[in-house]
Amino acid sequence: MVKVTLKNITKVFGKVVAVNNLNLEVRDGEFVALLGPSGCGKTTTLLMIAGIYRPTKGRIYFDDEDVTFLPPKDRNIGMVFQSYALYPHMTVYDNIAFPLKLKKVPKNEIDKKVREIAKLLRIDNLLNRKPAQLSGGQQQRVALGRALAKEPDVLLLDEPLSNLDAKLRVLMRAELKRLQKELKITTIYVTHDQVEAMSMADRIAVMNAGRLQQYAEPEKLYNKPANIFVAGFIGNPPMNFIDGTVYSKNGRFFFDSGEFTIELSKEIGEIVTSKASEVVMGFRPEHVKISLSGQPNSVEGLVYVVEPLGRDVVVNVKIGSIVVKILASPDLNLEPGQKIWLVFDQRRLHFFDKKSGLSLLV
Amino acid sequence: MARKKVVKYSRSRALLWTVAKYLAVVLIAVIPLIPIWIMILWLFMQSFSSKVIMGIVPAGLTLNNWRFLWAPLKMGLKEYPNIWPITFNTLALALGVSGLVVFVSVLGGYALSRMEFKGRTALMEFIIALHAFPSIILLIALFVILNKLGLYGKGFMTLVGIMLIKAGLEIPMATWIIKGFFDAIPWDIEWAALVDGCSRWRAWRSVILPQVLPGIGAISIFSFLSGWSEFILVFTYVKNEAYYTLPVLIYYMIGEYKFIDWGLLSALGLFFTIPTLIFFSTSQKLLLRIYVGGIKR
Repeated sequence: MVKVTLKNITKVFGKVVAVNNLNLEVRDGEFVALLGPSGCGKTTTLLMIAGIYRPTKGRIYFDDEDVTFLPPKDRNIGMVFQSYALYPHMTVYDNIAFPLKLKKVPKNEIDKKVREIAKLLRIDNLLNRKPAQLSGGQQQRVALGRALAKEPDVLLLDEPLSNLDAKLRVLMRAELKRLQKELKITTIYVTHDQVEAMSMADRIAVMNAGRLQQYAEPEKLYNKPANIFVAGFIGNPPMNFIDGTVYSKNGRFFFDSGEFTIELSKEIGEIVTSKASEVVMGFRPEHVKISLSGQPNSVEGLVYVVEPLGRDVVVNVKIGSIVVKILASPDLNLEPGQKIWLVFDQRRLHFFDKKSGLSLLV
Repeated sequence: MARKKVVKYSRSRALLWTVAKYLAVVLIAVIPLIPIWIMILWLFMQSFSSKVIMGIVPAGLTLNNWRFLWAPLKMGLKEYPNIWPITFNTLALALGVSGLVVFVSVLGGYALSRMEFKGRTALMEFIIALHAFPSIILLIALFVILNKLGLYGKGFMTLVGIMLIKAGLEIPMATWIIKGFFDAIPWDIEWAALVDGCSRWRAWRSVILPQVLPGIGAISIFSFLSGWSEFILVFTYVKNEAYYTLPVLIYYMIGEYKFIDWGLLSALGLFFTIPTLIFFSTSQKLLLRIYVGGIKR
């Protein structure tokens, strides 16, 4: 097991900058997710760690060894591709045994290892099949088995669950996490699904347009997003954003969106007004209460659409020309057109600089 | 009542329509094949009978037409060499062409498909342009080259020279065909092999090559057949009868005399097709063994 360090990594394809000055440290035995929308450079980063792409600039270290120019075969990594990339002409057994054969492991040891891995992943009854005869979930486990067979120092996973159906995905999420904790392999996991990243990873590196946006524990990303991008990317339904201005008047602090004004608590107001006046206010759908009667410091709105999700409903509320999404209990029985009041949880409000997008509260 | 009648009527009409469709398909598919079948039947019947009625009805079974298998061929006063050395020449030429073509085009096709280098597109266009020149218009230039290389009039080495020429003419197309097969293999699989511990060469050999076997089967059949049936180059450059190939021998069976022994000719023709049929039936399995799956699209 090793510690993986990326120092000032840049990768350019022609004129496109895929990864821009990335610095990242993955601790020994840690499970890190690279999270971002498609095209953000996360797979490119993974392929650079694997040694398939060479960074245009920067260095990659495994522990203290500089592996930047080491070919993939000498890095002792295991990798699961999004497409699984199983060898179609080999049986499941041969697929898993292939990396061991290349390592020149004795035959009886290969056999022992393959059966052990197959048992661990519950594919021991499939060893004689060809990949084409397997279901997606089985193929995925074979790919994982092949990656684990040679006891890699680093395990790289490129969206391994994205081709599975929803139910299997939830199952494999827990399974993968358990396996990683059990084997204690340093793992880097690429995904565009924030739920996967949040539920599995020790730390998440959120990337956008080739740049690292924030690198932190899941709950920190959720509670203290560093900028608008992270705030909007993490959480479902996504955070609501409202443009406006903050100002102080007679020692009290206010946020004015043009459609409504609310008073801010002193501690938040002081910090925000000292840093900017043109701001974006953000709040999560789950952090607002819907009241059926007027409350002090609440915002009046009309129910626009109600989307039932079973356990909750997403209420689209119209405040003047602004529409926000609020998570509420189905017991409220809200009807479109109904007048309601929104009560904000002051400690759960986020403020971002309108120009830079950076959080004003972190 | 009336409704039932309508249903019945439309059902019989649908049946009629189906029958008509099948009939049309059979007519279009089978009729053009009839002359070909007749030709093959003629070849077969002619070779095993002393006389045929109406071209295809045998009268009198004989193996006399196959005498070339155990005796030298005599045409009038001229005696041609035994069939077996000539078959060996033909086989050597065909296998040589096939081997050279597969070796060069599998390497070249991989490079054109997978590697980035300057002038790659230009090279691909140039390669296809090469295919536009048939060997017949190159005969004189090729003669000069063969002569300079010391391969003209050197017995078996002349056949080796022809092997090189023929392979050279076949390689462009074969490279293009096999490139398409390499293109179809996703990068992921090659990368997986590299991560698993392969060098690029090993990945090519152990992972990529087994997946283009159908393509290799295709180009080896095509190049084998083209070497097996090569006529003009052998006819032009080989002057020593001992190094004739079957097509040239067959030509002399027709060409030199007004009197043609049709029975012998058809037996020779049938003999000529046997290796082709064997080669085709064995490599056909390879052609059909196209792998599906392994990666999820």
